[in-house]
Amino acid sequence: MTVSAGSDSAGPDRAGPESAGPDSAGHGRSAVTQAATATAGTSAGPAAGGFTWRRARADLDGLPGGRGLNIAHEAVDRHADGPLAGHVALRCVARDGRVSELSYADLKEQTSRFASLLASLGVGKGDRVFTLLGRSADLYVTALGTMKRTSVFAPLFPAFGPEPIRERLRLGDARVLVTSAEMYQRKIAPIRASLPGLRQVLIAGPAGQDAAAVEGTIGLADALAASDPRFEIPPTDPEDMAVLHFTSGTTGKPKGAVHVHEAVVAQHSTAAFALDLRPGDVFWCTADPGWVTGTSYGIIAPLTHGLTVLTDAGDFDARRWYGLLAEHKVTVWYTAPTAIRMLMRHGDDLPAGYDLSSLRFIASVGEALNPEAVLWGERALGLPIHDNWWQTETGAIMIANTAGMEIRPGSMGRPLPGVTAGLLERGENGRVKLTGGRVTEVTAPGVEGELALRPGWPSMFRGYLHDERRYAEAFADGWYTSGDVARRDADGYYWFIARADDVIKSAGHLIGPFEVESVLLEHPAVAQAGVIGKPDPVAGEIVKAFVELNPGYQPGPDLRRDLVAYTRRRLGAVAPKEIDFDQDLPLTQSGKVMRRVLKARELGLDTGDVSTLGRVP
Amino acid sequence: MTPEQARAVIERALGEVAPDADLVGLDPDADLRKTLELDSLDFLNFVTGLGTAIGQRIEEDDYPRLATMAGTIEFVAAAGGQPSARST
Repeated sequence: MTVSAGSDSAGPDRAGPESAGPDSAGHGRSAVTQAATATAGTSAGPAAGGFTWRRARADLDGLPGGRGLNIAHEAVDRHADGPLAGHVALRCVARDGRVSELSYADLKEQTSRFASLLASLGVGKGDRVFTLLGRSADLYVTALGTMKRTSVFAPLFPAFGPEPIRERLRLGDARVLVTSAEMYQRKIAPIRASLPGLRQVLIAGPAGQDAAAVEGTIGLADALAASDPRFEIPPTDPEDMAVLHFTSGTTGKPKGAVHVHEAVVAQHSTAAFALDLRPGDVFWCTADPGWVTGTSYGIIAPLTHGLTVLTDAGDFDARRWYGLLAEHKVTVWYTAPTAIRMLMRHGDDLPAGYDLSSLRFIASVGEALNPEAVLWGERALGLPIHDNWWQTETGAIMIANTAGMEIRPGSMGRPLPGVTAGLLERGENGRVKLTGGRVTEVTAPGVEGELALRPGWPSMFRGYLHDERRYAEAFADGWYTSGDVARRDADGYYWFIARADDVIKSAGHLIGPFEVESVLLEHPAVAQAGVIGKPDPVAGEIVKAFVELNPGYQPGPDLRRDLVAYTRRRLGAVAPKEIDFDQDLPLTQSGKVMRRVLKARELGLDTGDVSTLGRVP
Repeated sequence: MTPEQARAVIERALGEVAPDADLVGLDPDADLRKTLELDSLDFLNFVTGLGTAIGQRIEEDDYPRLATMAGTIEFVAAAGGQPSARST
């Protein structure tokens, strides 16, 4: 079952933004030719001919005077100093629908003011600047201004509750936090005393408002107005830390994945390959910058291409979204399977009421996109949806259904140029099997293995902050091991099967069960807790908790409501959506809750053979 | 259904999804999802629960009418029917 790409993007004369490069021919070739060139073994992607990361670097300018490579220069200043100065860089839609715009020249000035402000606050190279902000211009100015200063941008998902926020601010050595007055009062003020390293809190919002009146904070708008609009980006080593994104593992605390300025090389080139970005595009990435997609492709890549970025502060709403696509003439749209499935619930006819004729390319990431969703795109939107795959650790898209190639619905596509992917045999614990320190590659088509990548692409994470052990554990015998189980067909397309560990993927967000269990265990009623991802038709998975109660507590609706309220207050968006009572949780000999058994029970599988779990899609 | 009955039904449905929500001081015209921090799934669960409580499926087309407490009360009151005796 295949879907052909739209005729607009499959034509042989397509000239993408990288048309001068040797790789552009790859996009123009027919899907048949491309499929024939893919190998069943380790595949370097359909358009790999002639591509090197060194050549990709040549698409960027570098800092003037050979002073290095800085993301903010590539994304903002180089355009502001050229013909794109007056071009709209950022079009922000507020919750109430009001639209405001910043040109590249405006964005240069604002981000320079922010960098100057950081300098005046004594915030320097490598210092972490966190955000807990809705999707407003302030967020983008903070991100890029921080990178200008060679400080480190560390975005938090604003729907987190106080506990995940505190943990990440602490683990990430937050020096500065930019947030709103409302979120500060609700989520930061109660925990600030426990964060002595957090020296300044900047409150975003309209100038002259009483933000500065919030005790112990600085009003951002007024401070920016008073800051120097000129800022020369200091020499920046491509290996200097630029962005810190938190992600979750099966056990332990969240991990801060370190990304460096050189990541922009991969973000820029993969955006052309996998998202088909071209000059003049209006690009909408619906991901929140609190997650890696919202930073790599919601902020950095479209701006390095000199495009107009649309951003919406509002929540998902089908009519609002179709309205935005139509009104702002969005040409390229990057969204997530959960959002697509929610749109599908509204039926095929709703989009017909909107003029979506500007839309040229749709891509999706977050979890595997089901084939029905790809086909729905063709039917209801007139365009197929291009699934792709990557992770916080990879910093950029690694595997994709690209514009020129045949889409296989349900497949994540093939490795992009410069990316070497493989599948590795798995051992007893579900993860990569090591024999004498060596891994074994799976080469036969259709056989599952753990998806792995050969290090060397520019946006690979450079470490987990303060956690060298877990960084080392992410590699095996010269491969980065993703934790995702996949198979590859004879034409080199990869197909997601399952996670190799207990990490939960809900609405595209990676949630660590340990973080949720830890909070549950702090409730007086809870003796043991096990948290799993329960399959869900809309979100992929939802967080479900099983709790064993301490003596003296009775299971029932009141206690359940109490636990739900408690976890929502502490955890926010990562709180369990379902809580079940179980006075006989399955434990290992060392007393740890066996999540795989809970998951098998939830799925109605034979709990005697949990080894089959990894094969459940 | 009277507005008072409607409000009680709505509060019960919200209480199932977001028992942490403070409904007492809720501005009737405030954005329900933002104020109560309901994500997309919470909202879907709320709508589903509310539909069960009023004995009719709430269509996707009606979601915009549920943006605020005032709007939701109006919708539920107009939808008619009697609140079901469902306790949880």
